[in-house]
Amino acid sequence: MVGPVERMEEPERPQESARRDFVKKAGSIVISGLAGAIPTCAALTVFLDPLQRKGQRRDFVHVASLDSLPSDGTPRQFSVIADRTDAWNKSPRVPIGAVYLRKTEANQVIALNVVCPHAGCFVEYSSAQKAFSCPCHNSRFALDGTIADRKSPSPRALDALEVEIRNQSEIWVKFQNFIAGHAQKIPVS
Amino acid sequence: MKALLDWLDQRTGYRRIVRYSLYENIPGGARWRYVWGSTLVFTLTIQFITGLFLWMAYSPSSQTAWESVYFIQHEMTGGWLLRGIHHFTASVMNVLLVLHLMQVVIDGAYRAPREFNFWFGIGLLLLVLALSLTGYLLPWDQKGYWATKVATNIAAIVPVVGPTMQKLIIGGSDYGHHTLTRFFALHAGVLPATVILLLVWHIFLFRRHGITAKDPKRKPDEYFWPDQVLKDAVACLAVMATILFLVLRPWLFNTGEDVGAELAAPADPSETYSAARPEWYFLFLFEFLKFFPGGYEVWGAVVIPGFIMGVIFLMPIIGRWHLGHVFNVGLSVSLLVGVALLTYLAMTQDERDPAYQIAVQEAKRNAARVRELAQAPTGIPPAGAVNLLRDDPKTQGPKLFSKHCASCHRYAGHDGTGNKLKEEQTASDLKGFGGREWLTGLLDATRIASLQYYGGTKFKDGRMARFVVRDVAKYAPEEKEKLRKVILALSAEADLKSQRAAEERDIPAINQGRKLMASEEMRCTECHRFHDQGEDPTGPELTGYGSRDWLIEFISDPGHERFYGKRNDRMPAFGKDRLDAHAIGLLADWLRNDWYEAPASGTAARQASLLNQNAKREIRNPKPETNSTPQ
Repeated sequence: MVGPVERMEEPERPQESARRDFVKKAGSIVISGLAGAIPTCAALTVFLDPLQRKGQRRDFVHVASLDSLPSDGTPRQFSVIADRTDAWNKSPRVPIGAVYLRKTEANQVIALNVVCPHAGCFVEYSSAQKAFSCPCHNSRFALDGTIADRKSPSPRALDALEVEIRNQSEIWVKFQNFIAGHAQKIPVS
Repeated sequence: MKALLDWLDQRTGYRRIVRYSLYENIPGGARWRYVWGSTLVFTLTIQFITGLFLWMAYSPSSQTAWESVYFIQHEMTGGWLLRGIHHFTASVMNVLLVLHLMQVVIDGAYRAPREFNFWFGIGLLLLVLALSLTGYLLPWDQKGYWATKVATNIAAIVPVVGPTMQKLIIGGSDYGHHTLTRFFALHAGVLPATVILLLVWHIFLFRRHGITAKDPKRKPDEYFWPDQVLKDAVACLAVMATILFLVLRPWLFNTGEDVGAELAAPADPSETYSAARPEWYFLFLFEFLKFFPGGYEVWGAVVIPGFIMGVIFLMPIIGRWHLGHVFNVGLSVSLLVGVALLTYLAMTQDERDPAYQIAVQEAKRNAARVRELAQAPTGIPPAGAVNLLRDDPKTQGPKLFSKHCASCHRYAGHDGTGNKLKEEQTASDLKGFGGREWLTGLLDATRIASLQYYGGTKFKDGRMARFVVRDVAKYAPEEKEKLRKVILALSAEADLKSQRAAEERDIPAINQGRKLMASEEMRCTECHRFHDQGEDPTGPELTGYGSRDWLIEFISDPGHERFYGKRNDRMPAFGKDRLDAHAIGLLADWLRNDWYEAPASGTAARQASLLNQNAKREIRNPKPETNSTPQ
């Protein structure tokens, strides 16, 4: 039996049938491409679905009361509680992130997102050094969130968030995450 | 360019592979009858592509499976199409498998030396059936849940090892998370991997032995590429068009169904589902089982199908003799006819079964309703969508009413679910209870003693009925106007959602009505308590009459002195061991027409209200964290 394995060369054909061959080849490729494109396009549309979805727009959230902040300017960490939509689930009032709140000398409140702008790790506060440091790549930030040393891998300061004081004692924060790794603050959408 | 390809070829030998796959000799030339194998490879490829991308959005657990499929089907762009293609390709694949197998048997293509290829083919057929079966459960909807339960319970029929086998398949004693993780691992891992293995070998053997050419050869030999490939490509496109047609059928013919694959309500072990049927290509087995009486199911489910599979497996051996081949063809044809007959029988029986048709309608209603609730601003709770229907007055109310109330009461003349009952009603019709219309009827001398109201009860001759028939009947026009205001005021006590707009308009009349009710003039408080008026009442309290709380307490204990006291006529205290608070609440909400309805204006309005709600809720109660530890 002469199996196809032995036939190594493309078979030679007479001239006129070569033209017909070309039409057949082109037809095969176009038609099978069309048949295969339909499921592939459906699959890719679903795959690209997240690009059409915007992140939740967040309003100001009540995070803490003024009394809970030490007057010596030491930052304290608070969870941010809000409604969360995760694909099909809607969870009312769950933690969606955390902030450091701190009373400044001018008796104002600043809020810093706890996420390191370098690669997104959770920044820790060290009361001994009176600074924030990132446990992942050793970025260091001063109390006001600015980069504390020149060797810091972080491209920007800790992300400050808008703060409002309502009814004299309630601290409201407009919670927002920003894309890590960029020198500018670009909101995650 | 050529140098680069040469370099590549020296290192990979790709030219040899390409030529080996393209220049297969086809004795007698390319023919349409050789396309079936290729269409099967094509459908399998569709399943791999669509399956892989469905996998990216699917979450196998009993609290997320339905929810993630719902999200694919109704929320993700193109999700309905992707899922529809995957679903209907499975159906088409089963048809193509049968065609392929029939052709092999009729052409005698299983004969030596191709026995193993035939056996691999049978193996592939069984694997595809197993893929269909496991895939049917994954959406975790009522349909897949109950149909698959039947299948896994059949596994338990197998003597000796059955129960152990069943426990291993479903990952425990009962359906749950591990049933889904196991079925998913089978469906997306074990089975496809085995299919690839067998298929590669199947095609390798096919190439080794060559095509089984159909005599007489009409043309000179041709090569697979491009002569047969062109025909294969056209056949694959036709298959794809068929699949698309099946997906889009409801839209093309405007049948009112959703396009793509069906998604029933979430699986609920506490909710009957009489519409449970396996997918159509398993219906013949389902029907076959009906012929076996209790204790003999093992014959219908295991022994006979197993024996037939055994005979099919032996076809290459049987087919060595001429008569054997005739037997094989005869067996295949009669099996096909038998399967078709059983399927037809199953379908026509269902078509003629009114109970089944009602069940199908209810299943569709529930599926549409749960979708509406999932798209409501409150969405799907983290515990899963199954509670959406359990907590929905619109779904549960009619069922509770027909079960617990309709032995005496009626709802718009029926039992709540739409069934007219033969027995005469012996208590009031509660449709619109507490509403203006309903109360106007109650205070109408011609209607109060009818079956609609007190006619079937002992209150027919009671003080209220007598008052209405003797006194109200003789009301002068200005007294009638006062009565109208009293009705408005009393109806306002119920705080019905459906009357809210009207009540806002009628505030002055309602206030006048309240005063009239409290005064001695209208005589309400002679027998009823109304706010701080009416001492020593003998009739039901009118404060909050028809409101949610009033109804819940009334249904719980109508014989309470707030309501009928000792005069209570037959109505049981449902709060005492008959219904739990949840069920009574659902009943009250349903009677008050108080349930979520999707806004008519569609998606935009829904999203706007969603944003609003989130904005309103996003406040309050900070939780100071204590773990901000100093270093």
